[in-house]
Amino acid sequence: MAVGRSAIVDKIAGWGIYVVGFIPAVWSFWLGATGGLGANPVRAFEQTLGLWALRFLILTLAITPLRQLTGINLLRFRRALGLLAFWYAAMHFSVYLTLDRGLIWSTIVPDIVRRPFITLGFAALVLLAPLAVTSNRLSIRRLGKNWRRLHRLVYVAVSLAAIHYFLATKVLDPTQAIHIGLVVLLLGYRLVRALLVRRPERRAA
Amino acid sequence: MPTYRPPAIPASEITPRSVYLRRREFMGFMAGAGVMLGVGGARAEAPATVPLKTVPSPFKVDEPLTPREDVTTYNNFYEFGTDKADPSRHSGDFKPRPWTITVDGLVGKPQTFDVDKLMAELPVEERIYRMRCVEAWSMVIPWNGFPLKALLDKVEPLGSAKYVAFETVVRPEEMPGQSGYFQPMPWPYVEGLRLDEALHPLTILAVGLYGETLPNQNGAPIRLVVPWKYGFKGIKSIVRISLVETQPPNSWNSLQGSEYGFYANVNPEVDHPRWSQATERRIGESGFFGSGRRPTLMFNGYADEVASLYAGMDLRANY
Repeated sequence: MAVGRSAIVDKIAGWGIYVVGFIPAVWSFWLGATGGLGANPVRAFEQTLGLWALRFLILTLAITPLRQLTGINLLRFRRALGLLAFWYAAMHFSVYLTLDRGLIWSTIVPDIVRRPFITLGFAALVLLAPLAVTSNRLSIRRLGKNWRRLHRLVYVAVSLAAIHYFLATKVLDPTQAIHIGLVVLLLGYRLVRALLVRRPERRAA
Repeated sequence: MPTYRPPAIPASEITPRSVYLRRREFMGFMAGAGVMLGVGGARAEAPATVPLKTVPSPFKVDEPLTPREDVTTYNNFYEFGTDKADPSRHSGDFKPRPWTITVDGLVGKPQTFDVDKLMAELPVEERIYRMRCVEAWSMVIPWNGFPLKALLDKVEPLGSAKYVAFETVVRPEEMPGQSGYFQPMPWPYVEGLRLDEALHPLTILAVGLYGETLPNQNGAPIRLVVPWKYGFKGIKSIVRISLVETQPPNSWNSLQGSEYGFYANVNPEVDHPRWSQATERRIGESGFFGSGRRPTLMFNGYADEVASLYAGMDLRANY
């Protein structure tokens, strides 16, 4: 039946997302290791990982508006996109700790605690962790309603990530403006929809 | 082509060894420039760098030089774009010659100088300096230039002059960062020094690096180099120097005063609000898995020479 075929297609597409999703990291690592990332390869690699973490968060957040506005339903890929966002954020932080800051904890810990720029980025990663851990069928079943509530944390995480990215440079460049703009757009869409589209039951009550 | 008439120097010193050793790289660079000229077509007049005759100077740090490739492709020069690679990619239309620089304000003899004539008149020295960016990375660069003092002496500063103000050229048609929608800051870029800082023997106007005239992305044809201060003090492509009585504005301070001060002396103990200044990454040294960061030195390692300028000053308040 058609259902069976599309399930197989979905399964292949699901794995395909992971394979394709990790290409930017692998490619950037390869470039860095072979001298292809310019004068400051560590910084370039670190920034690439962070940017892709934000990109996957943006894609994750785009699934619902896309369905509501166009009817295209890509919900089955959302888990993979969300997990990719988490893995990229984790790699971004690992590179910061190791290649960038050389595991010198005496300078790393004060930076994470005291500097909003770094604190916010770290907080975003911490918030994504429970979402990644509960991104499986068993957790969805066990947590029930609470699973949805828990996963609303993604709105906080993406906001923190966008602010972290905003603070990363002295002046806003076009790449930053586009990504931060998309985050504002996707969060704003939800806010406006929540205000405008009330549930019929409520209106009746 | 301009004619350079350097003062008499010993034959053995005409070509610095470091330049001689890099001749292949230079030829490669010129070949690359030739290819770009061919492709560019309309950019037929795009300036290439020209070898300089330099005299040695005692001011040099004994540390490995940052490769020329890195010095000329990893730049902060927002007039050509905000990405580190933008200045080397997007400065091909910039025309650094002919060029004049006006020195005015509180001086006995305000004058406008032709840069090529200045270079012929004043001995161009090789100064190997550390360069510490406020973004916590650093380089070791063989600059070619002359003390700023040599230029200021020509205009005879008045007793009332306390500060020196600098101004970068504004040419939106040649500098893509100065045109279009995304303009990161107001132009012209301006900087300033206290007069005693400006007259310090370490403070130079650089007209070249690695024994050649400055590439556009490094601030051609003439830029400031103050090695004990963060790199943003080193204003590029200077068109005007004015001696003034009160502290002049400097662009980054005007944009974000809490992060960038007027003095901007390299100081490992005074952190930038967004990151620690205690350590730095030496560009071109460690690659991907190298030793990584090194401690940042007070006044970028020039404390013996310049600490006395700030005796009694609170360097935390005057960052």
